[in-house]
Amino acid sequence: MALRVGCVAPPGKALDNKTGAWRVFKPVFDPETCSRCGMCATVCPEGCVRETEEGTFEPDLDYCKGCGICAEVCPKDSIRMEKEEK
Amino acid sequence: MAEVEKGCELFSAGHRACGGCGPALAARLLLKATGENVIISAATGCMEVFSTPYPETAWGVPWIHSLFENCAAVASGIEASLKRQGRKEKVVCIGGDGATLDIGVLCISGAFERGHDITYICYDNEAYMNTGIQRSGATPYGASTTTSPAGKCSRGNPLPKKDMPRILAAHGAPYVATASIAYPNDFVQKVERAINTPGPCYIQVHAPCCTGWGFESGETLNMAKLAIETGLWVNYEMVDGEVVKAKKVRRRPVEEYLQKQKRFRHLFKPARQDDVIAQIQAIADANAERFGIDIKKKESSE
Amino acid sequence: MLEFMEGSHAVAEIVKRCRPQVISAYPITPQTHIVEDLAQMVANCEIDAEYITVESEFSALSACLGASAAGSRVYSATTSQGLALMFEVCFNAAGMRQPIVMTIANRSLGAPLSIWNDQQDSISLRDSGWLQFYAQDNQETVDLHMIAYKVCEDHDILLPAFVCFDGFILSHTYEPVSLPMQEEADAYLPAFNPYQRLDAAAPLSFGMYATPEYYTEFRYEINQAQYRAKEAFVRAGREFGEQFGRDYSGLVEGYRLDDADIALVAMGSICGTAKDAIDEMRAAGRKVGLLNIRVFRPFPGPEIADALKGVSKVAVLDKNISLGSGGAVGTEVKAALQGSGISVYDYIIALGGRDVRKRDIAAVVDLAEKGEGDMFYGLRTEVL
Repeated sequence: MALRVGCVAPPGKALDNKTGAWRVFKPVFDPETCSRCGMCATVCPEGCVRETEEGTFEPDLDYCKGCGICAEVCPKDSIRMEKEEK
Repeated sequence: MAEVEKGCELFSAGHRACGGCGPALAARLLLKATGENVIISAATGCMEVFSTPYPETAWGVPWIHSLFENCAAVASGIEASLKRQGRKEKVVCIGGDGATLDIGVLCISGAFERGHDITYICYDNEAYMNTGIQRSGATPYGASTTTSPAGKCSRGNPLPKKDMPRILAAHGAPYVATASIAYPNDFVQKVERAINTPGPCYIQVHAPCCTGWGFESGETLNMAKLAIETGLWVNYEMVDGEVVKAKKVRRRPVEEYLQKQKRFRHLFKPARQDDVIAQIQAIADANAERFGIDIKKKESSE
Repeated sequence: MLEFMEGSHAVAEIVKRCRPQVISAYPITPQTHIVEDLAQMVANCEIDAEYITVESEFSALSACLGASAAGSRVYSATTSQGLALMFEVCFNAAGMRQPIVMTIANRSLGAPLSIWNDQQDSISLRDSGWLQFYAQDNQETVDLHMIAYKVCEDHDILLPAFVCFDGFILSHTYEPVSLPMQEEADAYLPAFNPYQRLDAAAPLSFGMYATPEYYTEFRYEINQAQYRAKEAFVRAGREFGEQFGRDYSGLVEGYRLDDADIALVAMGSICGTAKDAIDEMRAAGRKVGLLNIRVFRPFPGPEIADALKGVSKVAVLDKNISLGSGGAVGTEVKAALQGSGISVYDYIIALGGRDVRKRDIAAVVDLAEKGEGDMFYGLRTEVL
């Protein structure tokens, strides 16, 4: 791709960087106990927690860095951090 | 919550912030509040670096970075240009505490004095984090950084936080607020209020840095919340220079906050530094006094 | 129609006709009447522009950068310490490829503090990526502003430019100047058409950072744009000549060089004195000519070599010094003439407002003839 004048770029390319590869722990969401408050999605620094059709939530593991903030804020303790097998 | 979710993709995943980054969450929330009709003028810093390595920008709105210290001056020019063109985009600056409280003060002071219709957001992680945790004017008293290290004859940063909100309120800013990523909806609402208030507005958002402060990445919001619950950070709003609202809390001792962070470890090990802890408690007490945040008996929160 | 006016006022008048949409300037350290005149024009609604009264030159150029990126034609003016304060933004604006035009009323840099003329300020920014044009007189100063906007805004160039004219010697001096009618200016310089801009309808990220994978290529691209600016300047200068009768198609301009044995090389208003001195020397039978470097960046090395190919000796008048090395112009002229067999002598002259008279020019020619050069000319050895 030719350089764009002035080190300028259109949006979208950050998604090429799959930060999920950084992860050591992965969040496991339990839809059964989820209260659907959405706090996990609101506070995710990656913006990679998505609402499902059922109104519960799931992480996009392509980008989830496994920081664990979602697990910490979940009022129902329905997200647990699990060491990831690689 | 649905309102907050709107526009969440404007700050996209794939950025290179550390896991658990407070400023990254601040950036996401900022764009939720502004929506698409905004132009961002960014200062050099952690956020700029982790979100824009060419060509992988995380910003889904027009964004410009020029230098460390000039984002408010760049925004002044953008605002003037938009005015001349009859365009209606909001102009929002974003800079870290170093860019804002230290090196950028000249440009910010000029922009606020001239009264440009801009909103300046300072994401305050209380040191220069991008370059390795050096002390800034926003580093709290007693914190150990790489340029204010604790040592045999030093007990960390010897100076208190600079009061930037008051400095900018003194410029005549119509709306000045502090916020915290621990209260995302409050921050979003404050940004909405700021960008819809004509004239230069300022919001300083507390955004803990797990790497620089020394705590586990999952604790970022807990740490931000503890700062508020100890009175070391106060969420308040100033309208035309007067404090109109401050979040009330049942205060906890500052030790609970300090003990959880590596940057304050020297206050507890190898020996307790009771006098320093007492001085930090005094800062929290003074905050509580100034803003009247203590919940008295039978008084409900806020 | 010729009008008799101060150089600074003439600049303000031509800037008005170039229709900048945002003007941002700091009034001191030091400044000229340009920005005061423009402020009055804005106050009188003679210019449809935003005028930002910034708190420093650093912010002046930063605001211009922001306004330019947002899609406006911008203007600023400064000199000396003010330009030095802009140093960081200068490199940045060029790297961000913003077509900003800024007038430099050349003055010296402290310490010691001196408010007077030399060319140390803009020459010190020769590596910044800005195009640099130097005017010999106020008419050329005026004309170069229109040419500068045309070259900078060319989508194949997209670089900022300094239009340099000597502080006091030109900026504060009254000379007859021909100014175009607004319609004539519009015909030469069409409305600003930004190559890319900050726009919510089509978001872009400006000023991203480049890893080692990309940095070199971005710097290469800026350098290539500099070289393309040679041709763009020649074209814009020729078009200007066709429309207004004053041709600027040369990056350099020779004066009585055809059969010259010795050539002076200079930039700016000193060329006027040099031409008068040359006329006198010619009348006395000496074969002396002058090469004026109008465009210092991009540096016209091959053009200089071509213009000087018949001479045996060259005397460069440098109103600056790269301390610990020599005059910046002399150094580059030597490089351009390397292998030509021509002897090049450099003279540091006219620093900090020291007057240069015709007899000084003749004395420099005498020194060059004797093979004495690479020196400060006219040092007052009695105070050393």
